[in-house]
Amino acid sequence: MTSPLTTDTPWSVTQVARMARRYIEAGLGMIWIRGEIAEIKIYQSGHWYFTLKDAECQIRGVMWKSDAQRFGLPPAVGAQVFVFAKPTIWEERGEFRLSATEMLVTDRLGLEHLELQKIKAALEKDGLFDPARKRALPEWPSCIAVVTSLDGAALRDIITVARKRWRSLEIRVIGAKVQGAEAELEMVRALKLVNRLEGVSLCIVARGGGGKEDLAVFNSEKVCRALAQVKVPTISAVGHETDVSFTDFVADCRAPTPSAAIEMAVPDSAELIDRVNHLAVRLANAVGQGTRLAAERLERSGDRLHTAVTNLLERRQRQVDRLGAQLDALSPLKVLERGFALPRAEDGRVLRRATEFTPGLSFRLRVIDGEVPARVEEN
Amino acid sequence: MAEENRAEEAPTLAEDLRRLEEIVRRLESNDGDLDQALALFEEGVARLRSARARLSGAEVRVRKVVADARGALRTDDLDGEQ
Repeated sequence: MTSPLTTDTPWSVTQVARMARRYIEAGLGMIWIRGEIAEIKIYQSGHWYFTLKDAECQIRGVMWKSDAQRFGLPPAVGAQVFVFAKPTIWEERGEFRLSATEMLVTDRLGLEHLELQKIKAALEKDGLFDPARKRALPEWPSCIAVVTSLDGAALRDIITVARKRWRSLEIRVIGAKVQGAEAELEMVRALKLVNRLEGVSLCIVARGGGGKEDLAVFNSEKVCRALAQVKVPTISAVGHETDVSFTDFVADCRAPTPSAAIEMAVPDSAELIDRVNHLAVRLANAVGQGTRLAAERLERSGDRLHTAVTNLLERRQRQVDRLGAQLDALSPLKVLERGFALPRAEDGRVLRRATEFTPGLSFRLRVIDGEVPARVEEN
Repeated sequence: MAEENRAEEAPTLAEDLRRLEEIVRRLESNDGDLDQALALFEEGVARLRSARARLSGAEVRVRKVVADARGALRTDDLDGEQ
């Protein structure tokens, strides 16, 4: 190649790029580079594009699909890595690049991230996160299992809330360490034990808040698989609201806190007592209507024994229709509970306007617990 | 035995409430004769009493499940709980 030292023999752009690439590749070869992942993207093509940096410099790089697919999942941004790469020039752009064939995560955080990604992929592959496998929670549980630490705040919270809401309940606690080396084994054992309990209709897996590492057991593949095997519907309640773990996705429901889990699990007695009271009012009103109607009916049929059967049936139909209309008018019983009264003429007609209250008219006032006879005073 | 009774308690409450709703609906629709209405009313009152008793009477029980060395299960009262 001619020397480009004068204007007579300049190199083309391509020549420069090609020469630079040749020098760099020959001078550096394949080398191990230590750095931190500053940015990483997987393109649809399957190639990884990343930026490696240290305190002072950064270099962009690529790992082609053929190499990248051996690693499955890329390390996270911030991970410390060793990259085996060939420094080179991307001629078309004239840019300095690393062409990597290996990428090893070296720090604990990065390794943990990779491990989590692997577990997530494995659980996903087996359908454990599939929304279609979610079961409905029982409406009226009488006996529930709680898998948690025996001396943790989670259990205390669950018991306290249960006592406030739904006292017709037995809680069977299966103690398990929720952090530390034995946690995984104990959690798996406890979850398996749930399947041996008779009469249990729901299982809550819980622990109070903690640091990310403290919640690690709830990301364990073994624990997730054991949770998926629990025969009754499950609620995962791990940590504070912002913490999310894999058990949250595997369980039938995720609760933000242990207290929220028990709120989800059992109905509120106070609401039920309201419902019972409301039913009591409706029952009293309904039977009142029924007996009045029957009395009326007896009276009329006695008077008109000669009436043709068809006429009788028609009249009964009209009575039923009218009664239906009256019930509709009465249906917002809550209004009566607030102290309103409903005036009705002797024939059951609701009196809506002042003009209907002619002097001397007898009518009945329907109040919440019965009827009061009334009369319009003479003016 | 006591445990079995307990397990049936709440479903009975559910049953009471469902039957009550049904009774009230039937009475409100007036589709029976007077005798039938009174019988339904009586049953309704009994169901109301039973539902109220169940809602106010019970107490949460907390039991600890323990497996012994041979894997047999046993339930104990939790420490500090009744």
